[in-house]
Amino acid sequence: MSVADQAPGFASAADQRMWSERIPAPWWIFGFILLLLPIVANNFWLFQIMGWTFILGMIGLSLMFLAGYGGMVSLLQMSIAGMAGYMVAILGPSGAANVSLGLTWWIVLPAAFLIAAIFATICGALAVRTDGIYTIMITLAVAAAFFYFTRQNYSIFNGYSGFNLVLPPKLFGVNWRDPVPFYYLTLACAALCYGAVVYLARSPFGLALQGVRDNPRRMAALGFNVTAHRVAAYALASVFASTGGILLVWQNAQIAPGTIGISSAIDVLVVAVVGGIRRPLGPFIGAFIYVLLQVFSTDILGFFGFSADRFKLIIGIGFLAVVLFSPDGVLGLWDRWRAGVAARKAATTGGAT
Amino acid sequence: MNAPVVTSRMNLPGAGNASSGNALELRGITKMFGALAAISDVTLSVKPGERRAVLGSNGAGKTTLFNCITGDFLPTAGLVRFFGEDVTVFPPHERIRRGLRRTYQISSLFTGLSVMDNIYLACCGVSRNRFSLIRPRPDDALVHAAGVLVEAVHLTDDKDRLVGELAYGQQRQLEVALALSGAPRFVLFDEPAAGLSPTERADLVTILTSLPAHIGFIIIEHDMDVALRVAESVTMMHNGRIFKEGRADEIESDPEVQELYLGGGHAQH
Repeated sequence: MSVADQAPGFASAADQRMWSERIPAPWWIFGFILLLLPIVANNFWLFQIMGWTFILGMIGLSLMFLAGYGGMVSLLQMSIAGMAGYMVAILGPSGAANVSLGLTWWIVLPAAFLIAAIFATICGALAVRTDGIYTIMITLAVAAAFFYFTRQNYSIFNGYSGFNLVLPPKLFGVNWRDPVPFYYLTLACAALCYGAVVYLARSPFGLALQGVRDNPRRMAALGFNVTAHRVAAYALASVFASTGGILLVWQNAQIAPGTIGISSAIDVLVVAVVGGIRRPLGPFIGAFIYVLLQVFSTDILGFFGFSADRFKLIIGIGFLAVVLFSPDGVLGLWDRWRAGVAARKAATTGGAT
Repeated sequence: MNAPVVTSRMNLPGAGNASSGNALELRGITKMFGALAAISDVTLSVKPGERRAVLGSNGAGKTTLFNCITGDFLPTAGLVRFFGEDVTVFPPHERIRRGLRRTYQISSLFTGLSVMDNIYLACCGVSRNRFSLIRPRPDDALVHAAGVLVEAVHLTDDKDRLVGELAYGQQRQLEVALALSGAPRFVLFDEPAAGLSPTERADLVTILTSLPAHIGFIIIEHDMDVALRVAESVTMMHNGRIFKEGRADEIESDPEVQELYLGGGHAQH
């Protein structure tokens, strides 16, 4: 796995083409399908399946940024998303009027991002001095602590019941919780986050982050403060997680400790690994598979005579299969299939001449 | 033996106590690994622009000495001054930002990146741009600096290739290039010629001898031909201690050195 699997080096031969010409044709087609989806898809697909996919994808993307580029597997990303979501519920209006402050959206949203970023930075500072399994342990510990804290604290987090009736502001007279506006809102946010990660991967910061992953000692010998770079990555990744977290609260119209429980924290890891944790597209593919399984497992399991709550079993088996057979996730399978096709094509043309 | 003394970190680079006038000054450096002293009581000073070779058999403590100078290891005892400033307890990146550079005995490169990107990254490390979220334009000053450096180590033709695909000798050249990024004031070369062909060695000697005169360096080198051609003074190490110091020609003809090092059964390559 290398730093350069994204794109040829920018410092290398400069690509003189327009940005629009550099995007390959399949991406344009994919983009048009997503844009025109509301014509054919029903509300359930737009709101529940696609909306949830984009949200989970963004939270997974923040993990992908840390793990794929920075080599830091963090189980904190759901907590950071939850922190942003909680802040929207606490600072803005909600059904729990005795706790919520009911501030206006243009104060609430920046504050939610900022507080989540501070939370991520503090937790990151704790986690970055550890490596591998210890990073997983320490972030899991913080995630668990935050979960229990929100469940027991009533003065700020409203304890077990959390907050209901947390609705997006009716900007431009649109009800953003209607399926079609919500679909476009999540699609736009997901596209922005995805684009940002792709762009950042080739910026000096992103390049250095990948250098820190591959060879921290050399990076220090080049003048980089490895610890500061890792902590900054946590802060930056919190933006993607927070975007997902806020949209998640709006989608459910509520947030409670269950949203940020340990199993949700692990689901984010599963989503990223199943899709492919090395590339920004991976978490979205993983999220789509996860959401499909979650939503339709009742039918599938019922068909085979199992109870619907066995859906985690399917997810678990799928996770095992991916980890065993394709460490690069579904995207890795796709790469290998394409390489296989190319090899066979080369073999046949080679045989013909 | 002096314990590491923490002095003010407010000193500007090179603006510290200038009384010694040395680029690098080591006093009583000792590094223990458990009960084993890898180096003991090493005192050494190198003037700005001076080129020094460190010789010694395997296990003499040469690389450990480098690691103590760069901060990869903190010395158990002793003092490191860099251009008059006490840097004994500074983390490596703080020393690098003050103009210290090093190369590694075993190439330590970013093999998945192109040659140009490796050098660009090295140029970013010592600039304020290291946290920049904006991709550089082709006319960026750091990209330009990287281009100059690529030329200096004769890798222009291969600048867009992935480092992992380069020949061994080219990787060694890149290793040297990374250490020359930014504005180095003093460089530590750890066996830069190891494994190079005779032609590549000659090339390396040219690169080292044509460095600007203000850049001093210490070179660890087993090949006496390379070491004595690029260095004017020599420090011999043996069992973690300084065994002999002097001008290159003196050391070469010293009978004790000949006995210990040249005739000591250590094959020269």
